[in-house]
Amino acid sequence: MRKVLETKHINKYFKKPVLFHVLKDISMNINEGEFVSIMGKSGCGKSTLLYILSTMDTDYDGELYLNNKLITRNSRQELSYIRNKHIGFVFQFHYLLSEFTVLENVMLPAKKLGEKTFQEIEFEAMQKLKMLNIEHLAKKRASRISGGEKQRVAIARALINNPSIIMGDEPTGNLDSHNSENVFNVFKKLSIEEGLSLLVVTHDDDFAKQTDRIIQMEDGKIIT
Amino acid sequence: MINRKVILSIAKTHLLTKIKQTATAALGVTFGIGAYIIMVSFMTGLNQMLDDLILNLTPHIHIYNEIQPSKKQPITLYDDFKNSFNIVHSIKPKMNQKKIHNAYPIINYLAQNKNVLGVLPQLKSQIFYIAGTIELGGSLIGINPIEEATYFKLNDYIVNGSAEALYNSSNGILLGIEIAKKMSLNVGDRVQIGTVSGTVFPLKIVGFYQSGIADVDVIQSFANIKTVQRILGEPENYITDINVKLKDIDKAFLMAKDIEKQFSLTAMDINTANAQFDTGSSIRNLITYAVSITLLIVAGFGIYNILNMLIYEKMNDIAILKAIGFSGKDVQLIFMYQAVIIGFVGGVLGLILGFGLSHLIDNVPFETEALPRVKTYPVNFNFWYYIIGISFALIATFFAGYLPSQKAKKIDPVDIIRGQ
Repeated sequence: MRKVLETKHINKYFKKPVLFHVLKDISMNINEGEFVSIMGKSGCGKSTLLYILSTMDTDYDGELYLNNKLITRNSRQELSYIRNKHIGFVFQFHYLLSEFTVLENVMLPAKKLGEKTFQEIEFEAMQKLKMLNIEHLAKKRASRISGGEKQRVAIARALINNPSIIMGDEPTGNLDSHNSENVFNVFKKLSIEEGLSLLVVTHDDDFAKQTDRIIQMEDGKIIT
Repeated sequence: MINRKVILSIAKTHLLTKIKQTATAALGVTFGIGAYIIMVSFMTGLNQMLDDLILNLTPHIHIYNEIQPSKKQPITLYDDFKNSFNIVHSIKPKMNQKKIHNAYPIINYLAQNKNVLGVLPQLKSQIFYIAGTIELGGSLIGINPIEEATYFKLNDYIVNGSAEALYNSSNGILLGIEIAKKMSLNVGDRVQIGTVSGTVFPLKIVGFYQSGIADVDVIQSFANIKTVQRILGEPENYITDINVKLKDIDKAFLMAKDIEKQFSLTAMDINTANAQFDTGSSIRNLITYAVSITLLIVAGFGIYNILNMLIYEKMNDIAILKAIGFSGKDVQLIFMYQAVIIGFVGGVLGLILGFGLSHLIDNVPFETEALPRVKTYPVNFNFWYYIIGISFALIATFFAGYLPSQKAKKIDPVDIIRGQ
């Protein structure tokens, strides 16, 4: 199995307010097509780990590989490009640009990547929206739709550049059970039908149980 | 290129959804630039008018024979007293003719110089205006009216007449307006001119001369050179003054020095004659620019403030953009574009406002004794002021946008996402 994401001996310290060792020697990997969840109590460092994996946080020791390429000491410009092309994000709070329409929100990462014409991007964005059954929302302002819908739009946006991996930071944390299930089903479908790699931080047991593999964290260490 | 288009569209959306704030910021620039345009146009217009008042009347180089004592008194030529300390009392000016010797060859020579715009001969004479038994002292200047109108804007100072009318009349006179008032004369009337030698000539008034300087207008009148030569009984080459107008006023000083050496005449250049004028204009310009720049800086702070607020409001957007692959530079560009768009729109509106109000001022009646031709406030519609205005708007907004956008560039998305 090809490794999509791999870490070797990652250590991270918070320097403020006091020196605190958050992540202790984290070595892990995620294979292609795998649906992995990270679980742990609040403050165990699971979100911190996700931000390092997402390349947004660069202040750590150790090595991070994406598609078997070391990206630890890449410049910010290069990391931006990697995030744009290879990583899709879904956050706990539905981070959409509220002044743009749903369609524009979904198209934005692809426009930034600039590999396709705007027509092609629009067509693909509509396809992603159809796949998630929200194509009727395309022309609505992002601020005018419900929480569950927003999260699905965020997933469509994460998918637009056909990334190597999708990362979720408690994507169901802010949703009711019905919508949570909905979002989980979308992830599951992507994993099975599209063969996408997924890494989701959660403390929802039901959610985690249904994933391929659970990484259990405690006090900055991986225990299982 | 595509990248820029995407960033521009984000910047535009931000501005349009916050249209009230955008408008406030742009209006700040509009008023700043508008006020600058109005001030600079009006002030320089006024400056120009005041300068013209004197400078139009003053030739760049004025060549004449000065009555002055000889630099070498006879005693210095006498060898026996060479090593003595000589004191000469009651030195008298040297007897000298007023006429410039060989005036026309000199005029032709100067006219060939490529720096020279025009060379105009003048004949200055002391005369009396005779009204019954009263004789008023004055001076009559013989001129070539058409050339004077071309190079020294004579027509601007003529009331109820024109340089052409004077040119076409062999015994016409352009009478100083204050004399005309004293003597209750009108255009078409005749005025008796008495010369120093006692002869009296009647001349027909073809117009009034009003320089705006009362002391001049009560003395000075103009006639054709030939008319004055006839009155004085002098031949056709009798010229007392030569006025030179140059293409570049800065060359006046050196050229005057050359002429003095070459022809042993006195040549006075305009800078020496009117040194104080430069100072006055430059101080007025300084005030204009100081006030304008203050206005623009105030507008700049307005933009700075509004962009700063916008960035606080858009923290989430900035975090999302960075998370989905926009670099810090891209985010900075978004806000820079916003600043520059505000600056450009505000600046262009400011130019329009400034032009409109200047135009209005240009049509406000302004009657002054000083300049008979000026009927409305003088406004200088120099194209360059508009270029400077829009450049300043763009530069000021660029700097006002730079600091906030730099902050946006540095925002760490993790802090924002974690902070929620």
